[in-house]
Amino acid sequence: MGQTIVQKIISRKLGGREVAPGEIVLLSPDVVMAGSNTAVMVIRTFREIGATSPWNCEKIVVVLDHSTPAESVLTANAHRLLRDFCSQHHIRLYGEQEGVCHDLMIENGHVAPGMFVAGQDSHTPMYGGIGAFGFGVDTSEMGFIWAVGKTWVKVPETVGIRLHGAIPKGVFAKDIILSIIASLGSDGCDYRAVEFSGAALPQFGISDRLTVCNMCVEMGAKAAFFPSDEIVMTHARHKHVDVASWVYPDADATYEKETSFDLSTLEPVAACPHRVDQVAPLRELANVAVHQGFIGSCTNGRLEDLEAAAAILSRRHVHPSVRLLIAPATRRVFQQAVQRGYISTFLEAGALILNAGCGACFGGHQGILADNEVCISSSNRNFKGRMGNPNAAIYLASPATVAASCIAGRIVDPREYL
Amino acid sequence: MKSLTGRCVAKLGDDVNTDLIYPGQYLKVTDPREMAQHALEGIQKDFWKDFTPGGILVAGRNFGCGSSRTQSVASLKAVGIQAVIASSFARSFYRNGINQGLPVIVCVDCCGINVGEDVVIDFDDHSVRTGTVRLPIEPYPPFLLEIIERGGLTNLGKEIVSGRYQL
Repeated sequence: MGQTIVQKIISRKLGGREVAPGEIVLLSPDVVMAGSNTAVMVIRTFREIGATSPWNCEKIVVVLDHSTPAESVLTANAHRLLRDFCSQHHIRLYGEQEGVCHDLMIENGHVAPGMFVAGQDSHTPMYGGIGAFGFGVDTSEMGFIWAVGKTWVKVPETVGIRLHGAIPKGVFAKDIILSIIASLGSDGCDYRAVEFSGAALPQFGISDRLTVCNMCVEMGAKAAFFPSDEIVMTHARHKHVDVASWVYPDADATYEKETSFDLSTLEPVAACPHRVDQVAPLRELANVAVHQGFIGSCTNGRLEDLEAAAAILSRRHVHPSVRLLIAPATRRVFQQAVQRGYISTFLEAGALILNAGCGACFGGHQGILADNEVCISSSNRNFKGRMGNPNAAIYLASPATVAASCIAGRIVDPREYL
Repeated sequence: MKSLTGRCVAKLGDDVNTDLIYPGQYLKVTDPREMAQHALEGIQKDFWKDFTPGGILVAGRNFGCGSSRTQSVASLKAVGIQAVIASSFARSFYRNGINQGLPVIVCVDCCGINVGEDVVIDFDDHSVRTGTVRLPIEPYPPFLLEIIERGGLTNLGKEIVSGRYQL
């Protein structure tokens, strides 16, 4: 009986026996990622359980992101506690200068195709962009995993999404996934694994796949996958990680639901306040004035995203009524952006460059909004109050759309600027 | 655990996300007593102040969507919520609820429960009952019920580490 990608990954970890959706199994993660100031609750749980040392310190990576550098004594003390714990147990720690957890995990080769990863952040499923099975866990579960080395997994059903057609110029991965979310709904894939397939896949680079799998969380997905085609294999070889070429579904795999999208019919879009699935084409939003723009986050903070923004901001200027915040996803991305001249372009255009990190995404650190302000953001959630003020509004869009809109002072189609 | 009884202290709608349940500006708070003060603050400040301890929260579809922040479950527990009944849950909140020992009950017709009513959640009968209705609920798989009965993974972890439970 054929298996989908998630079934195959689970099956392989169980020694090859087939698994069916709905089954509850115990799996040992290949790597776990904990981090941000809330990781102190992981340590608390770990100690309360009575464990003295983690099950396997080499399989744990801790990242300080979200509120970096510390904005309060509470956060600073949390960071210190984490530093001390990681030092004591020889656990790999990425400090405040390094950037966003998920991008660091991928950039540094901690995640490989075919792995099972537990992450202390809801966007862990984005590792499926390179064919790893990952989902978010809370601090109590992370503390349990540190102590015991395993956790429970309910095998999900899989939804197959076939993509075909040529992607029009000016339509980016973010526009594509927002259009899919609009079609399936914010709980349309609740507890499902999503598998992408189809003739359009070669048009998706690694960064695009990460954006798409990241956003699948916003339609409730437990996991999301692109198969291990040549693009993923090249990435894996480049990162010197084990090349798992078998991460593709069996020909006779069974899907709960299959749907397809013709990408050639798509146009640039934005998710409107306050729901991710409330998506409108940009031409319907032409009179929406913006006060802040944000380019960054695990969704769209990579070099390719900065490149798209720089192409639009080059020799242009951010509107005088707008603040454009740009946070490179990692220190390496930041460096590369400097080397390519993107940072200069941004500064000349009047943008504000943040340190590599989560930036304005979650409303706990940088870029809080004023009452009645509108932010257009390349991040992943636009819930009421998401950026720290329930009296503000957030639109989600591609980095190109954010850049163009910050020049115009209102939401515009980036194709007018390409 | 045979059953659980509590008063319905609040009834929420669909798509109540975890930024509403526990806003991001309070992620720096990790003390349960302080966390409690921000429970459901995205909906209304001090929403929880009229809750009686041991209360039950009722909600519509897709409860707990968004971030998998620990505090979204922990803050509800800290204000004394005994269980959450919803017509459906976002997977991350459902998982976190079980793992922190907060019973999360899937009951498609829970709109039949009213604020102020006493609610019995019956794990043997697989139902939720008030004075007026008996509504079917999805039964827990046995292993997940074991986690809930022990009050969460922390307690299960203690039993494993001390050798009293074999995983």
